[in-house]
Amino acid sequence: MATTTEARPEPPPAKPAGAGRLRPVRGFELWTWLFMRISGIVLLFLAVGHVLIMHVYDRGVDRVNFAFIQLRWASPFWKTWDWLMLVLALLHGVNGLRVIVLDYVRPPGARLAINSFFTVLGAALMALGTIIVVTFDPAKWPAP
Amino acid sequence: MSVSTRTNPKGQFGPLYKGHEGQYSWLLHRVTGVAIILFLFAHVVDTAVVGWGPEAYNRVASVYHNPFVRLLELGLVAAVLYHSLNGVKIMLIDFFPGLTGRVRALGIATALLFVAAMIPITVIMGSGIIRLLTEG
Repeated sequence: MATTTEARPEPPPAKPAGAGRLRPVRGFELWTWLFMRISGIVLLFLAVGHVLIMHVYDRGVDRVNFAFIQLRWASPFWKTWDWLMLVLALLHGVNGLRVIVLDYVRPPGARLAINSFFTVLGAALMALGTIIVVTFDPAKWPAP
Repeated sequence: MSVSTRTNPKGQFGPLYKGHEGQYSWLLHRVTGVAIILFLFAHVVDTAVVGWGPEAYNRVASVYHNPFVRLLELGLVAAVLYHSLNGVKIMLIDFFPGLTGRVRALGIATALLFVAAMIPITVIMGSGIIRLLTEG
Protein backbone atom coordinates (compact mmCIF):
# COMPACT_ATOMS: atom_id res chain seq x y z
CA MET A 1 0.00 0.00 0.00
CA ALA A 2 1.04 3.53 -0.74
CA THR A 3 0.47 4.65 2.81
CA THR A 4 3.14 2.31 4.22
CA THR A 5 5.83 3.63 1.86
CA GLU A 6 4.81 7.19 2.68
CA ALA A 7 5.14 6.46 6.41
CA ARG A 8 8.84 5.82 5.95
CA PRO A 9 10.74 8.50 7.90
CA GLU A 10 12.67 11.09 5.98
CA PRO A 11 16.46 10.96 6.39
CA PRO A 12 17.80 13.35 9.02
CA PRO A 13 18.72 16.78 7.64
CA ALA A 14 22.08 16.66 5.89
CA LYS A 15 24.95 18.70 7.20
CA PRO A 16 25.73 21.77 5.08
CA ALA A 17 27.65 20.83 1.95
CA GLY A 18 31.33 20.52 2.67
CA ALA A 19 30.91 20.75 6.43
CA GLY A 20 32.45 17.30 6.98
CA ARG A 21 33.40 16.27 10.49
CA LEU A 22 32.22 18.59 13.24
CA ARG A 23 35.02 20.78 14.54
CA PRO A 24 36.10 20.29 18.15
CA VAL A 25 35.17 23.20 20.42
CA ARG A 26 37.23 22.56 23.56
CA GLY A 27 39.77 20.41 25.35
CA PHE A 28 42.45 18.10 23.97
CA GLU A 29 40.79 17.64 20.57
CA LEU A 30 40.61 21.40 20.02
CA TRP A 31 44.32 21.80 20.76
CA THR A 32 45.34 18.88 18.54
CA TRP A 33 43.05 20.27 15.80
CA LEU A 34 44.77 23.65 16.09
CA PHE A 35 48.21 22.03 16.29
CA MET A 36 47.58 20.12 13.05
CA ARG A 37 46.90 23.39 11.28
CA ILE A 38 49.78 25.39 12.77
CA SER A 39 52.31 22.59 12.24
CA GLY A 40 50.81 22.08 8.77
CA ILE A 41 51.56 25.68 7.80
CA VAL A 42 55.14 25.42 9.11
CA LEU A 43 55.65 22.00 7.46
CA LEU A 44 54.34 23.45 4.20
CA PHE A 45 57.63 25.37 4.07
CA LEU A 46 59.93 22.92 5.90
CA ALA A 47 58.79 19.63 4.33
CA VAL A 48 58.01 20.88 0.81
CA GLY A 49 61.28 22.84 0.85
CA HIS A 50 63.15 19.76 2.08
CA VAL A 51 61.61 17.54 -0.60
CA LEU A 52 62.39 20.03 -3.39
CA ILE A 53 65.97 20.64 -2.22
CA MET A 54 66.89 17.03 -1.39
CA HIS A 55 64.89 15.07 -3.98
CA VAL A 56 64.35 17.32 -7.01
CA TYR A 57 66.95 20.11 -7.20
CA ASP A 58 70.45 19.45 -8.64
CA ARG A 59 70.35 15.65 -9.27
CA GLY A 60 68.29 15.03 -6.11
CA VAL A 61 69.44 12.19 -3.85
CA ASP A 62 72.20 11.24 -6.32
CA ARG A 63 74.39 13.82 -4.62
CA VAL A 64 73.42 12.88 -1.06
CA ASN A 65 76.14 11.04 0.84
CA PHE A 66 78.05 11.50 4.10
CA ALA A 67 80.14 14.36 2.72
CA PHE A 68 76.94 16.18 1.68
CA ILE A 69 75.46 15.87 5.19
CA GLN A 70 78.82 16.83 6.72
CA LEU A 71 78.77 20.09 4.77
CA ARG A 72 75.06 20.68 5.36
CA TRP A 73 75.10 20.05 9.08
CA ALA A 74 78.10 22.34 9.55
CA SER A 75 75.44 25.06 9.35
CA PRO A 76 73.22 25.76 12.39
CA PHE A 77 70.53 26.91 9.93
CA TRP A 78 70.13 23.47 8.35
CA LYS A 79 70.50 21.70 11.70
CA THR A 80 67.65 23.82 13.07
CA TRP A 81 65.56 23.29 9.93
CA ASP A 82 65.99 19.51 10.07
CA TRP A 83 65.40 19.26 13.83
CA LEU A 84 62.24 21.42 13.71
CA MET A 85 60.97 19.38 10.79
CA LEU A 86 61.70 16.15 12.66
CA VAL A 87 59.70 17.24 15.71
CA LEU A 88 56.76 18.79 13.86
CA ALA A 89 56.46 16.01 11.27
CA LEU A 90 56.49 13.26 13.91
CA LEU A 91 53.90 15.03 16.08
CA HIS A 92 51.74 15.86 13.04
CA GLY A 93 52.02 12.32 11.65
CA VAL A 94 51.47 10.44 14.92
CA ASN A 95 48.43 12.60 15.69
CA GLY A 96 47.14 11.96 12.17
CA LEU A 97 47.49 8.22 12.78
CA ARG A 98 45.62 8.64 16.08
CA VAL A 99 42.68 10.33 14.32
CA ILE A 100 42.57 7.53 11.73
CA VAL A 101 42.76 4.82 14.42
CA LEU A 102 39.82 6.49 16.24
CA ASP A 103 37.85 6.24 12.98
CA TYR A 104 38.56 2.63 12.09
CA VAL A 105 39.45 0.79 15.31
CA ARG A 106 36.48 0.35 17.65
CA PRO A 107 37.57 -1.97 20.50
CA PRO A 108 38.99 0.28 23.27
CA GLY A 109 41.85 -2.12 24.05
CA ALA A 110 43.03 -2.28 20.44
CA ARG A 111 42.76 1.51 20.14
CA LEU A 112 44.90 2.02 23.21
CA ALA A 113 47.43 -0.58 22.08
CA ILE A 114 47.84 0.84 18.55
CA ASN A 115 47.92 4.47 19.67
CA SER A 116 50.40 3.68 22.45
CA PHE A 117 52.61 1.85 19.97
CA PHE A 118 52.77 4.82 17.57
CA THR A 119 53.22 7.30 20.44
CA VAL A 120 56.15 5.34 21.88
CA LEU A 121 57.65 4.85 18.40
CA GLY A 122 57.28 8.57 17.63
CA ALA A 123 58.82 9.59 20.97
CA ALA A 124 61.73 7.16 20.50
CA LEU A 125 62.44 8.44 16.97
CA MET A 126 62.17 12.04 18.14
CA ALA A 127 64.74 11.30 20.85
CA LEU A 128 67.03 9.44 18.42
CA GLY A 129 66.81 12.18 15.77
CA THR A 130 67.37 14.94 18.34
CA ILE A 131 70.45 13.20 19.77
CA ILE A 132 71.91 12.70 16.28
CA VAL A 133 71.25 16.27 15.07
CA VAL A 134 72.55 17.86 18.29
CA THR A 135 75.63 15.67 18.73
CA PHE A 136 76.68 15.45 15.06
CA ASP A 137 80.05 17.15 14.78
CA PRO A 138 81.26 17.52 11.15
CA ALA A 139 84.82 18.17 12.38
CA LYS A 140 84.95 14.76 14.06
CA TRP A 141 85.12 13.02 10.68
CA PRO A 142 87.72 13.33 7.87
CA ALA A 143 87.08 16.33 5.63
CA PRO A 144 85.21 15.49 2.42
CA MET B 1 5.04 5.68 -5.15
CA SER B 2 8.28 7.32 -6.03
CA VAL B 3 11.09 6.96 -3.55
CA SER B 4 13.27 9.97 -2.85
CA THR B 5 16.56 9.59 -4.70
CA ARG B 6 18.34 10.83 -1.59
CA THR B 7 17.15 7.81 0.35
CA ASN B 8 19.42 4.80 0.64
CA PRO B 9 17.34 1.68 -0.05
CA LYS B 10 19.26 -0.14 2.69
CA GLY B 11 18.51 2.35 5.45
CA GLN B 12 17.08 5.68 6.40
CA PHE B 13 20.36 7.56 6.78
CA GLY B 14 21.30 7.89 3.13
CA PRO B 15 24.43 6.63 1.47
CA LEU B 16 27.65 7.12 3.40
CA TYR B 17 29.70 7.91 0.31
CA LYS B 18 28.17 9.92 -2.49
CA GLY B 19 31.24 9.76 -4.69
CA HIS B 20 31.76 13.51 -4.92
CA GLU B 21 35.22 15.05 -5.36
CA GLY B 22 35.51 15.83 -1.65
CA GLN B 23 35.33 12.13 -0.81
CA TYR B 24 38.34 11.37 -2.96
CA SER B 25 40.41 14.31 -1.75
CA TRP B 26 39.61 13.24 1.85
CA LEU B 27 40.67 9.66 1.10
CA LEU B 28 43.82 10.79 -0.72
CA HIS B 29 44.72 13.04 2.21
CA ARG B 30 44.58 10.02 4.54
CA VAL B 31 46.40 7.63 2.22
CA THR B 32 49.20 10.11 1.48
CA GLY B 33 49.42 11.04 5.18
CA VAL B 34 49.81 7.41 6.27
CA ALA B 35 52.35 6.76 3.50
CA ILE B 36 54.42 9.79 4.54
CA ILE B 37 54.50 8.99 8.28
CA LEU B 38 55.37 5.33 7.65
CA PHE B 39 58.23 6.45 5.41
CA LEU B 40 59.27 9.05 8.00
CA PHE B 41 59.64 6.34 10.67
CA ALA B 42 62.19 4.58 8.46
CA HIS B 43 63.77 7.84 7.24
CA VAL B 44 64.61 9.07 10.77
CA VAL B 45 66.46 5.79 11.38
CA ASP B 46 68.33 5.84 8.06
CA THR B 47 69.39 9.46 8.59
CA ALA B 48 70.45 8.73 12.18
CA VAL B 49 73.12 6.42 10.75
CA VAL B 50 75.22 9.55 9.94
CA GLY B 51 76.16 9.42 13.62
CA TRP B 52 78.15 6.24 12.85
CA GLY B 53 80.34 7.85 10.20
CA PRO B 54 80.89 7.87 6.42
CA GLU B 55 81.25 4.14 5.82
CA ALA B 56 77.98 3.25 7.57
CA TYR B 57 76.00 6.19 6.17
CA ASN B 58 77.16 5.81 2.57
CA ARG B 59 76.10 2.17 2.64
CA VAL B 60 72.61 3.25 3.77
CA ALA B 61 72.48 6.12 1.25
CA SER B 62 73.24 3.67 -1.58
CA VAL B 63 69.72 2.27 -1.07
CA TYR B 64 68.43 5.59 -2.50
CA HIS B 65 70.50 5.04 -5.64
CA ASN B 66 68.45 1.98 -6.63
CA PRO B 67 66.11 2.73 -9.61
CA PHE B 68 63.09 1.02 -8.03
CA VAL B 69 63.56 2.94 -4.77
CA ARG B 70 63.79 6.08 -6.90
CA LEU B 71 60.37 5.33 -8.35
CA LEU B 72 59.02 5.07 -4.79
CA GLU B 73 60.80 8.35 -4.06
CA LEU B 74 58.86 10.01 -6.89
CA GLY B 75 55.68 8.69 -5.25
CA LEU B 76 56.82 10.13 -1.92
CA VAL B 77 57.40 13.57 -3.43
CA ALA B 78 53.93 13.39 -5.03
CA ALA B 79 52.40 12.36 -1.67
CA VAL B 80 54.07 15.23 0.22
CA LEU B 81 53.01 17.72 -2.45
CA TYR B 82 49.41 16.52 -2.59
CA HIS B 83 49.07 16.37 1.20
CA SER B 84 50.47 19.92 1.46
CA LEU B 85 48.26 21.44 -1.23
CA ASN B 86 45.15 19.67 0.04
CA GLY B 87 46.10 20.73 3.58
CA VAL B 88 46.13 24.35 2.41
CA LYS B 89 42.66 23.79 0.92
CA ILE B 90 41.39 22.37 4.23
CA MET B 91 42.79 25.35 6.16
CA LEU B 92 41.30 27.85 3.72
CA ILE B 93 37.87 26.30 4.27
CA ASP B 94 38.44 26.08 8.05
CA PHE B 95 39.56 29.66 8.55
CA PHE B 96 37.44 31.37 5.89
CA PRO B 97 33.89 29.99 6.37
CA GLY B 98 32.73 32.04 3.39
CA LEU B 99 34.61 29.60 1.16
CA THR B 100 32.47 26.64 2.28
CA GLY B 101 30.26 26.98 -0.78
CA ARG B 102 33.33 26.88 -3.03
CA VAL B 103 34.73 23.55 -1.84
CA ARG B 104 34.37 22.00 -5.29
CA ALA B 105 36.19 24.85 -7.06
CA LEU B 106 38.94 24.77 -4.43
CA GLY B 107 39.26 21.01 -4.88
CA ILE B 108 39.65 21.39 -8.63
CA ALA B 109 42.18 24.19 -8.16
CA THR B 110 44.15 21.95 -5.77
CA ALA B 111 44.15 19.08 -8.27
CA LEU B 112 45.24 21.36 -11.14
CA LEU B 113 48.01 22.91 -9.05
CA PHE B 114 49.20 19.44 -8.03
CA VAL B 115 49.28 18.16 -11.63
CA ALA B 116 50.98 21.35 -12.85
CA ALA B 117 53.71 20.95 -10.22
CA MET B 118 54.11 17.22 -10.80
CA ILE B 119 54.79 17.58 -14.54
CA PRO B 120 58.25 19.24 -14.24
CA ILE B 121 59.05 17.22 -11.09
CA THR B 122 58.31 13.94 -12.89
CA VAL B 123 60.45 15.03 -15.84
CA ILE B 124 63.37 16.01 -13.57
CA MET B 125 63.19 12.95 -11.28
CA GLY B 126 62.30 10.62 -14.16
CA SER B 127 65.36 11.67 -16.15
CA GLY B 128 67.44 10.95 -13.05
CA ILE B 129 66.01 7.41 -12.92
CA ILE B 130 66.66 6.91 -16.64
CA ARG B 131 70.23 8.14 -16.16
CA LEU B 132 70.68 5.57 -13.37
CA LEU B 133 69.31 2.79 -15.59
CA THR B 134 71.43 3.66 -18.63
CA GLU B 135 74.68 4.38 -16.77
CA GLY B 136 74.22 1.31 -14.57
